[in-house]
Amino acid sequence: MSGAAGRRRTFPRWAVTLASLVVAIGLWEVFGRLVNPIFGSYPSAIAVAFWQLVENGKLATALAQSLQPFVAGYLLAILVGVPVGLVVGRFWVAEAALGVYITAGYAMPLVALVPLLMLWLGLGFAVKVAVVFLMSVFPITINTWLGVKAVPRTLIEVGHSFVASDATILRRIVLPATLPYIMAGIRLAVGRAVVAMVIAEFFTAISGLGAIIINSANSFDTATMFVPIVLLMAMAWGLNALIGVIERRVAPWQSEIAGGDER
Amino acid sequence: MGEVSLVGVSKRFSVRLGRATQEVEALRDVSLTVRDHEIVVLTGPSGCGKTTALRIAMGLESATEGRVLVDGREVKGCGHDRGMVFQHAELLPWLNALENVEFGLEMKGGRGAPLRETALAYLELVGLKESWNRRPHQLSGGMKQRVGIARALAIDPEVLLMDEPFAALDAQTREGMQVELLEIYARTRKTILFVTHDLDEAVLLADRVLVMRQGRIEAAIEVPLSRPRDDVGRIRGLAEFAETRYRIWRALHPSGDAP
Repeated sequence: MSGAAGRRRTFPRWAVTLASLVVAIGLWEVFGRLVNPIFGSYPSAIAVAFWQLVENGKLATALAQSLQPFVAGYLLAILVGVPVGLVVGRFWVAEAALGVYITAGYAMPLVALVPLLMLWLGLGFAVKVAVVFLMSVFPITINTWLGVKAVPRTLIEVGHSFVASDATILRRIVLPATLPYIMAGIRLAVGRAVVAMVIAEFFTAISGLGAIIINSANSFDTATMFVPIVLLMAMAWGLNALIGVIERRVAPWQSEIAGGDER
Repeated sequence: MGEVSLVGVSKRFSVRLGRATQEVEALRDVSLTVRDHEIVVLTGPSGCGKTTALRIAMGLESATEGRVLVDGREVKGCGHDRGMVFQHAELLPWLNALENVEFGLEMKGGRGAPLRETALAYLELVGLKESWNRRPHQLSGGMKQRVGIARALAIDPEVLLMDEPFAALDAQTREGMQVELLEIYARTRKTILFVTHDLDEAVLLADRVLVMRQGRIEAAIEVPLSRPRDDVGRIRGLAEFAETRYRIWRALHPSGDAP
């Protein structure tokens, strides 16, 4: 339902997205065919390559290899980023002591540090988790921190007036009030975690989806190279949508109050 | 017992104006006592310090000088002996009406079924038992404030402190809430310190009205209206009502200056 009177929406939201995808993929198909298949590819060729990778089982193996460090690093980033953001936002000493690292860490040129991380953690699972973690922890921490800063002072005073302890205020008032910001941070981190995963697979032990990209690029099989790329983008989109659903589940008052998501 | 006093309370703070720091005196040697079962209203123009005095009584702000006593004992900070009703209710938006009332009880150490029963009983007292599962954004302004009152009353404080609780409501809802507060008072006999800038509201509710100007209590005016004050329409038409209102107005404009 549209907010403004007289402006009826005739198409559902998904139909607009779908139409956009059909047009974009169609254009890619038409113009992609005009290009030498080494320099570019097009959707139908990528789909054929996709089926080949599915049939010979390479895609499933690579996906499993990639997802393990991705999920581990990403969950670790949430587990660390949210509490750190809460504490830094709530207590000025923590903010003064740690804020500088968090702000600077967000801009850390991680690719340049991967060789060093390899020296510390080797070439296996641990270094991949570390790269994913380091790329995704900062947006989560920063968003949580900003969210705590945006909690209305009067809500904190409600806690004080009922003699709630600092820990209780943090858990029962600050955390729920900050949830929409935390969820936004977790969403932002998805994209960075995906990039981090591929970087890790390029620079450490070559494995997973990153290996498919590198190996097919080296053999000038551009269509196959696009399979993991498109797959990762689709997965990131799916994960984002999933987090959106979770967000409306754990913080329903937010979308109900804001009402911005007109549909 | 339920008695709260401010004794010689002053409040000063610094405000930075560009490069200069200016010392502002929000309260100057304020002493007041709200006796057991009494409703005292603090009134005065914006910035007179009435809300600051209430917040110091609650313990949300500290006094620069002076003491706060509850039943003769000095208190520092907030306590379950005082319950606060905020100007905009300040319900926790992620909790429904019942859970908001339970929140205060939980902070006092309540648990389980008795806690839920107490919370429901106080929602019933403010007439919201049927709406117990609504979230704040599904409640009207008046209903929110009734939940706020239930939340403060549920912990059974000695004193209820109310900071312009009806100021943000429309005129009709405000009158309804005043009647409701008088009914709640008749049933609970809570000691109440109430801040408002609405003179009608002050006369209607108070046993005593304290008029504040520029951080000081200028006048204490007894309200000669008997309780229970059921028939609010009739009370508003009484000569005593108008006279008391005028005396408060004179105290606010001592030199006869036009408002």
